[in-house]
Amino acid sequence: MEAPIRAREILGFTLLSLLFFVCRSSPSHNLLISNAERRIDLSSHIVKVYLTLKVENAGSTPTSEILLAFPPTQVDHLATVEALVTKGKRKKTTIVHLDVKPTELPDAPNETKYFTIYLANPLNSGESTTLEVLYLFTHSLEPFPAEIGQSESQLVFYRDSALILSPYHIKQQTTFLKAPSTKVESFTRVEPTNRAGTEMKYGPYEDRPSYSFSPILIHFENNSPFPVVEELVREVEISHWGNLQVTEQYTLVHGGARHKGVFSRVDYQSRPSLNGVSSLRYLLARLPPRVHSVYYRDEIGNISSSHLRTDSRKSELEIEPRYPLFGGWKATFLIGYGLPLQDFLFESSDDRRYLNFTFGCPLLDTVVDKLTVKVVLPEGSKDPSAVVPFPVEQHFETKYSYLDVVGRTVVVMEKKNLVPVHNSHFQVYYTFKPMFMLAEPLMLTTAFFLFFVACVAYLHIDLSIPSMSPRNLPKFRLKYHSPPEIPQITPRHTATFVCRRLPPSVLTLHHPTAGGGCHLISHLTIGPPPCCIMLSLLLLSNSHSLEILVEHLFVAPSP
Amino acid sequence: MAAPEISTAAVPTLYTNNALRNAFGGVLAFFILLLIGVMAFSIRLFSVIKYESVIHEFDPYFNYRVTQFLAKNGIYEFWNWFDDRTWYPLGRVIGGTVYPGLTLTAGTIWWLLNSLNIPLSVETVCVFTAPIFSAFASWATYLLTKEVKGTGAGLTAAALLAMVPSYISRSVAGSYDNEAVAIFALIFTFYLYIKTLNTGSLFYATLNSIAYFYMVCSWGGYTFIINLIPMHVLLCIVTGRFSSRLYIAYAPLVVLGTLLAALVPVVGFNAVMTSEHFASFLVFIILHVVAFAYYIKGILTPKMFKVAVTLVVSVGLAVCCAVIAVLIALVASSPTKGWSGRSLSLLDPTYASKYIPIIASVSEHQPPTWPSYFMDINVLAFLVPAGIIACFSPLSDASSFVVLYIATSVYFSGVMVRLMLVFAPAACITSGIALSQAFDVFTRSIKFQLPGISSNTEVDAAETSSATAKAQNDAVKTEKSEETSKNRPSKKSKKKEKEEKPSTKAKSEKKRLLALPLDSSVISLLLLILLGAFYVVHCVWAAAEAYSAPSIVLTSRSHDGLHVFDDFREAYAWLRHNTDVDDKVASWWDYGYQTTAMANRTVIVDNNTWNNTHIATVGTAMSSPEKAAWEIFHSLDVKYVLVVFGGLVGYPSDDINKFLWMVRIGGGVFPHIKEPDYLRDGQYRIDSQATPTMLNCLMYKLSYYRFVETDGKGYDRVRQTEIGKKYFKLTHFEEVFTTHHWMVRIYKLKPPKNRIRGKSKKSKSQKTSSTSNRAKRSGTGKKNPWH
Repeated sequence: MEAPIRAREILGFTLLSLLFFVCRSSPSHNLLISNAERRIDLSSHIVKVYLTLKVENAGSTPTSEILLAFPPTQVDHLATVEALVTKGKRKKTTIVHLDVKPTELPDAPNETKYFTIYLANPLNSGESTTLEVLYLFTHSLEPFPAEIGQSESQLVFYRDSALILSPYHIKQQTTFLKAPSTKVESFTRVEPTNRAGTEMKYGPYEDRPSYSFSPILIHFENNSPFPVVEELVREVEISHWGNLQVTEQYTLVHGGARHKGVFSRVDYQSRPSLNGVSSLRYLLARLPPRVHSVYYRDEIGNISSSHLRTDSRKSELEIEPRYPLFGGWKATFLIGYGLPLQDFLFESSDDRRYLNFTFGCPLLDTVVDKLTVKVVLPEGSKDPSAVVPFPVEQHFETKYSYLDVVGRTVVVMEKKNLVPVHNSHFQVYYTFKPMFMLAEPLMLTTAFFLFFVACVAYLHIDLSIPSMSPRNLPKFRLKYHSPPEIPQITPRHTATFVCRRLPPSVLTLHHPTAGGGCHLISHLTIGPPPCCIMLSLLLLSNSHSLEILVEHLFVAPSP
Repeated sequence: MAAPEISTAAVPTLYTNNALRNAFGGVLAFFILLLIGVMAFSIRLFSVIKYESVIHEFDPYFNYRVTQFLAKNGIYEFWNWFDDRTWYPLGRVIGGTVYPGLTLTAGTIWWLLNSLNIPLSVETVCVFTAPIFSAFASWATYLLTKEVKGTGAGLTAAALLAMVPSYISRSVAGSYDNEAVAIFALIFTFYLYIKTLNTGSLFYATLNSIAYFYMVCSWGGYTFIINLIPMHVLLCIVTGRFSSRLYIAYAPLVVLGTLLAALVPVVGFNAVMTSEHFASFLVFIILHVVAFAYYIKGILTPKMFKVAVTLVVSVGLAVCCAVIAVLIALVASSPTKGWSGRSLSLLDPTYASKYIPIIASVSEHQPPTWPSYFMDINVLAFLVPAGIIACFSPLSDASSFVVLYIATSVYFSGVMVRLMLVFAPAACITSGIALSQAFDVFTRSIKFQLPGISSNTEVDAAETSSATAKAQNDAVKTEKSEETSKNRPSKKSKKKEKEEKPSTKAKSEKKRLLALPLDSSVISLLLLILLGAFYVVHCVWAAAEAYSAPSIVLTSRSHDGLHVFDDFREAYAWLRHNTDVDDKVASWWDYGYQTTAMANRTVIVDNNTWNNTHIATVGTAMSSPEKAAWEIFHSLDVKYVLVVFGGLVGYPSDDINKFLWMVRIGGGVFPHIKEPDYLRDGQYRIDSQATPTMLNCLMYKLSYYRFVETDGKGYDRVRQTEIGKKYFKLTHFEEVFTTHHWMVRIYKLKPPKNRIRGKSKKSKSQKTSSTSNRAKRSGTGKKNPWH
């Protein structure tokens, strides 16, 4: 398996070097690198490269731009580039961060991509400076074999060049590669090459021209799990009532060698050191201090395997996925928590408010392929603008949450290929009038008030349509007071009502009832018009007065 | 004689004192009702507080999935939904086979909330639908009981229903099942029927049909309504209580209700074609005959009427015979004699276990035991008889309905555990009446006995109409033919109506005679309160401990804290994320709904057990040896097989314990599976005494594969024994996932063997012949004979 790969590499190398020699019209010949040292850390799945460059201006004009070159295959995996200069001597050293920006050059050989480091002070001719450059690669360890069983350990390839790709002439350079363990299966030799324990040393190589390239391939064991968050959506919702609600949706995948064949729980449980060594058992999320109401769930409910440890400086949430993740296995979950608003929301000098929050993924040591940060501003806030320390895609959305009318402005920021280094703070500025806080309570109060008013109105307005047609007469209430000569109405008493307003055709009364449920009415007779209704009452108890409700009035068939 | 006066509605009353008292009573009743609703809701939240806000058990997962679909795709898509995720390769027409009431209710609530910009998830709405509707149900109980026996009884019944354990068991938060809304619909339909019966109002009759329609939408139990109400109508006619109100209460219900019921796709023409509905039509005809007879009686002289009666009876008998003959012929011609299996098992409790193993295999279709009555209705069981007696004094249309309701539901609950749910409201209503009457009698007695209380108190006593009703027993009887019924009073006049409080000396004298001794009534009162307290304690305990577990998460308490067994969701989440979207998963039908809802994978059979043959196929595969099972599963495109195994942690309702049903159901269709082959001397066992058929069947192998390596002995904690066959290998299946506590094990079917390989024949013969030989070898670390 090794042989064809190596042959291909060598072929590529020769082609590349040929090309480089052909087009040696590099932009700034006047710079050269007198000494370069590169340390590549391969211990986790994020490849860290520390590059120390001693740059010398051999030309005549001062320059403040220094180019870094990357082959196109590496640029796609490049997560971040940082450069800094140490100033001062001995104990008074200060570190100055330098701006690094991607640059397009018209005559880049073989699609080489460039980053430009902007020096704080121009480098005059004859001067030299030392730069520290850190850059990180993700997805650069290729598992080989690509599929492993449960008890096998995970082996990976790492490809790079023994020589630093640079548009400048490098006088002397050395590269150190650090593997996570001593189990290194193979590595390309480009003499002089040494291996000591976990470290491989390439170089020192003297006087290499610009765009020198010498591919190397290292095959070594890396049993650390490769947690990759394929997609992460962080939603930060600001409530001016004092809470900051954060919801994070993860799509997690183990990016290592794919799991093959059986998963045996009995092996996994009884021999954890031999079985599933590269499986992802738990993750640690570092949350801000004073976090509250933390939840950890997925689309089918709560996941009970999580622990929260809090102290005054930080909170740590240890989460276990529902099942251990083997290579290629996926899981989705959701973490949510609340934070006190005063820790993150401040007022700026120009009377605007701003949110100061971390951008990246709180999970330690994970790669995020795509991150979307959504900041939901309170309803009624205006002029939102975001300040992020690195380039992101931005746009605005509108979200409707509890009882919103006009909707909340959402600042959406998207970035691809993130590493923990990106956990820096960003700011979202906006203006907000505190009056808007009262909008929803007032709206609710008004709604309830109107509801009660409507109830009161309904109870006091008779909405029935008055109609005097004999078929549809209103209900009658017959009020009956005991006549003065009789002190009390006794049982089996006949009362007579004369109905003045009854039309003459109404002749039948149906089902009269009396209130109170304490007396009954047996019979009624109806006299000739003008209507006189006689009710004989059967009272069960004596009473002074009574009230009778007559409801159904029917028209009798004509005799 | 009397000062004649007539006035339209708004007459200022002279009795401000009484008005205040009534207003206060009304407000108090309102707040009590509100609190009852709050209690009904909150007592069901134990499951959310103790566990989490999650959908429970099996069927609710299906309903949840349907609601999600409805919320996402809208109502028209929902009616046309053909679900290809279940019953592979047959699929299922969801829109036409589901009772849509619950789904539409929750979907409407969700839509309403979201259009008000209250962003609750479908899951949250589904979880809390049942508690909300149990609050509605307790209010409906109040209305119903109030129609029967007055406000006091209504409030008591509502309070009892709010926390009756039988109903809690089906309506805790998360128990998102049809019964949750159906019980409300049932009680409310009954209330509207009684209301119509009392008022004779067509308005309520129409409402009644709509409530019945909602019930038909919600639950198959609507047949109970459409049989109970005709029974009551018949009872009224037979006891000579026919009136125009009865006609109005019943005739529109049958006509409108049947029309509306036929609109529900799952019922459709069953509303007129199946025998469950025939009783209502028969009574409909009888009612019309009786109404016609009454009309004729009114226009003919008595003599003529007699002649007419003899004529009609002789002709009518002949016609009836003919009709009945036709009916019998129709019923007999239909395959199940017009009765569905579940209904038949209602009439003959042994029917299901004799003929339909699939119905008998469900525990909730079994007859209940006596302890389950005590568990589910508790002290109500003792109060019900007293309530029935109270209903007879005096017997009105409404109270006779309650008596009929309780009598029938007691019978049905005795047939099937599930129908305890129908019995519980009846028990609550009668117990509410009993309690309220008893309190009434005792408090009145105390009031009379206590010195220094003037005649003023009688007014109080008379306030609850039930009390007086009892006292006036004889008076009422004389007036039976002219039964008073509550006319439909307008809102305002209703208030006025109550304002009349007669205070008659004669009555108080009578009551004084009825009063009980002071000490005995005080003691009885205390005992009653104690009884009520016991009921409350029991209900809270039942709600908190017995019925709050969601059954997909199990917990156990040990000395070192709480253990959570979340294995089911672990397995479903694994399936969801790590298998292909279109992979088919075979399991016993219990886990079908959960697999489709939680894992989103296609299943072969699920809890909607409509196709017995398909279930029998899976049962046969599970009870066959590995090779035959692989062939069956392979022919069904199955890629994964899921078994539930409780032997490691002692989870009793696992597949090994359900296995005999698989054998029975499988054997019912495929006769080569014979139950005796799996039993040793009629005993079901999995230890070394087990039959070879048992030890070689797929279910045994998938459950116990490599189980012996956990403790070295293979001790099954559920069956309390060591397993019979400890070391064996799988040839056609491979273990792909086992959950943390081994409760769910998922196996993958190996791809078909390559025919070119000559040695396949040899290895096959080895497998089948020398299992014991290989068992020793498999003890060494080698995982799989295929690699």
